[in-house]
Amino acid sequence: MRIGDFRASYAHDEALWPTRVQQTWLAALAVALVMLPFGVNGYIVGLACMVGIHCIAAAGLNIMTGYTGLISLGHAAFMGVGCYAAAWAAQRGMPTLLTLLWAGGLAALLGIAVGLPSLRIKGLYLAVATLATQFLLVYVFREWDSVTGGVRGVNVPNASLFGFELLNDHRMYYLIVPVAALMLVAARNLFRTRVGRAFIAIRDKDISAEVLGINLLHYKLASFAIGSFYAGVAGALLGYFYRAMTPEYFTLQLSVFYLAVIIVGGLGSMLGTILGAIFMTLVPELLRAGVALVAQWAPRATEILSPVQQVVFGLLIIGFLVFEPHGLLEMWRRVRRVFHLWPFRA
Amino acid sequence: MTSALLQADAIHLGFGGIKALSGVSLAARAGEITAIIGPNGAGKTSLFNAISGFYKPQQGQVRFEGRDITAQGPARRAALGLARTFQNVALFRGMSVLDNIKLGGHTRLAANPFTALWYLGPARREEMALRREIEREVIDFLEIDHVRHQSVASLSYGLQKRVELARALAMRPKVLMLDEPVAGMNREETEDMARFILDIQEERGITVLLIEHDMGLVMDISNHVVVLNFGQVIGTGAPAEVRHNPEVVRAYLGDKAAAGVSA
Amino acid sequence: MTGGFDWIALAEYSLIGLLSGGLLALIALGFVLIYKGTGVINFAMGEFMMLGAYFFYTANVMWQWPIWTALPATLAAVALVAGLIERTLLRPLSGQPVISVLMATIGLASALHGGVDAVWGGKNYEMPALLSRKPFIVGDIFIPGQVVWSFLLAAVVITGFTLYFRFSKTGIAMRAAASDPLTAYVLGIDVRRTQALTWMFAGMVGAVAGIVVASMTSLSPALGGAALGVLAVIILGGLDSIAGAIVAGLVVGLIESLTAAYLGGKVRDIVPYAVVLVILLIRPYGLFGTRRIERL
Repeated sequence: MRIGDFRASYAHDEALWPTRVQQTWLAALAVALVMLPFGVNGYIVGLACMVGIHCIAAAGLNIMTGYTGLISLGHAAFMGVGCYAAAWAAQRGMPTLLTLLWAGGLAALLGIAVGLPSLRIKGLYLAVATLATQFLLVYVFREWDSVTGGVRGVNVPNASLFGFELLNDHRMYYLIVPVAALMLVAARNLFRTRVGRAFIAIRDKDISAEVLGINLLHYKLASFAIGSFYAGVAGALLGYFYRAMTPEYFTLQLSVFYLAVIIVGGLGSMLGTILGAIFMTLVPELLRAGVALVAQWAPRATEILSPVQQVVFGLLIIGFLVFEPHGLLEMWRRVRRVFHLWPFRA
Repeated sequence: MTSALLQADAIHLGFGGIKALSGVSLAARAGEITAIIGPNGAGKTSLFNAISGFYKPQQGQVRFEGRDITAQGPARRAALGLARTFQNVALFRGMSVLDNIKLGGHTRLAANPFTALWYLGPARREEMALRREIEREVIDFLEIDHVRHQSVASLSYGLQKRVELARALAMRPKVLMLDEPVAGMNREETEDMARFILDIQEERGITVLLIEHDMGLVMDISNHVVVLNFGQVIGTGAPAEVRHNPEVVRAYLGDKAAAGVSA
Repeated sequence: MTGGFDWIALAEYSLIGLLSGGLLALIALGFVLIYKGTGVINFAMGEFMMLGAYFFYTANVMWQWPIWTALPATLAAVALVAGLIERTLLRPLSGQPVISVLMATIGLASALHGGVDAVWGGKNYEMPALLSRKPFIVGDIFIPGQVVWSFLLAAVVITGFTLYFRFSKTGIAMRAAASDPLTAYVLGIDVRRTQALTWMFAGMVGAVAGIVVASMTSLSPALGGAALGVLAVIILGGLDSIAGAIVAGLVVGLIESLTAAYLGGKVRDIVPYAVVLVILLIRPYGLFGTRRIERL
């Protein structure tokens, strides 16, 4: 039960984790994250890395779509841009952390270019424009052999931190997770300032936003830039994680996956982003385990794993939209309310 | 004679075949409350939209502090000191009351994406300063401290309108444009709002321009009244004068009533 | 002496392009129907085409039903599915923001695609040749028979629908409900029924298009992705204009054919998307779309 929760200063009121209990949980989580790779097998560490990458990408998409209302069906293409940019730079000796900035920056510039029409076209039309961009960029990935390696793909050199090569998932974990944590907190910080508030204002009522002095084009472009920056960094980390990349990875299907992550997790919330990323990474794993189990009786089951995944994916999106539109975040909040009010009823 | 802080000169505004405003001129004098009244469809909100910068008039000028701002967009006009509220409450439903009000301070802050992402340092400092200022000048004044963390969607209509006023005040405007500030309010809420508007004028010296249908409010608090009908100005003057203007009576009540009013 | 520009080839490619545009216009009709009727861009249109083709294959080839039984049965089945989707998915979401409905159709597309793949398997099936392959020869110009017949079929279906909407009672009711649902409701039109009907018609249109496309190429789950290219047609024509869909279909068909002929197949695949971007930048509402005016 939450009692004695009062704030004696505005600074305290504005803090992200004001109560003692929250701070304790946060510390415990930090310790758990640091210790995780030592306690579990390599496969789970790999999964954790993917969750981290998904968190970064989905956070960027949530900034654009969840908070600012700019629907993007081309997020995967921006990840691709980041990935190829990082690979290109790393092959030429650029230090890893710098390649992350380079990848994000390039993706951000492209994001601004794609976002320029957003003043004239809104909603559905913007979604279609981003869809077209998605296909065009994949075409570029496939054809621009000299930079992207074309259909064969590109080899990404090993990531390294301060001379220490990250040769396996275990080590990549200690690059990905801190970067993800940092970027998630940074994203949350946006919305404690006028920049983030402007984004939400644009989403909710852009006419009102203008009347308050918000230059719509400026802030829409900023949203595209930041969201694409996140995508670029996620793409770069993905490249380092897999050590090789082909254009087939960054297709519409991946863009749709990230949209599902933020819808299932909760639009307009960083906690929702994390919940969605974890959930949507676990679902295919659970399906795989389930199918392996069923395969004992029905051998054909393994053949249809991929289409079944598609069906489950589609049904999840539909299910959440119809029954729980605010996503896992809302379910989480309900649980929290029960704990805050216990032993009284929520 | 007090000078006009905000002026509209001979505004002609049309949409396709419909003429919303025909040669409308208006002067809001500094430090005064000017009311725009008229039957529904007279063009009052269109005039507001032209002054705000959402519609570009085919002819005519909008002048602020003597300078021509007709070519400037709404965001620029906000930075100059022009604030407005909307007829149907235009709050941001996804945010709390406090965040909505903080948006009023947008043009006076300086955070950019880089400082915002990092937060510690300049962004945090200006946020704290803004919070203190809003609590002192707006939230206390409008008596909405008890709802500051609530989502605006959960507030009563009267409170929502007050929050919208708070947000406009947080802009520290020179001119405050209120579109039907007491529409749909009961007696008590209307009196509260009237008190707030008068305080805004007297204590802060803000020039107020308001559209209203509530004649009691208009007569009580305005210094100057402009009457519109069918997109044209049919009378201006002090409240008492305008009330007895036969044109005005005809517009509201019809010919029979106008005949009964002394010219 | 080297000859001049090959005009015959140009004429041939152009004609083929215009004629294949008929099929594009047909698919676009399905999109436009749903957008006009319910304000939704149906990203699962390709999956409706897929359903139509697979249902027909099952009835006609696997169960050996004659064409004139298999075809109506397929149309009825797809209409049923579409109606069910409108009822269970779209209706609960009416009034929700754009992104929710958009994602719902995307989720639907994924579920349908996976479902078909799971039930029928991913391999290529061969559809019976429904349209005669015999080429039409006009002077030196050589047009594949299927292209001509698909165009005529599309023309018949589109004309049929246009007449239906113009003159039949239900059609007029649907147009009324599409343009102003509240007023239509007040006038006694069952808006919910017309919206369900809209989806059913769009499903049937998609099914016909799917059957034709599958018989011209082959039957596989890849059919589902075919409709995304038609987005160029509806953006160019205007999301809510049938006339726009027709004109734009012909234009896009022409552009695609010429690009394939002179720039190669790979470029042809992305042409629709380049077209979309160009239109959205110059004239977002397309050739015939109605411009939305926001009330302040």
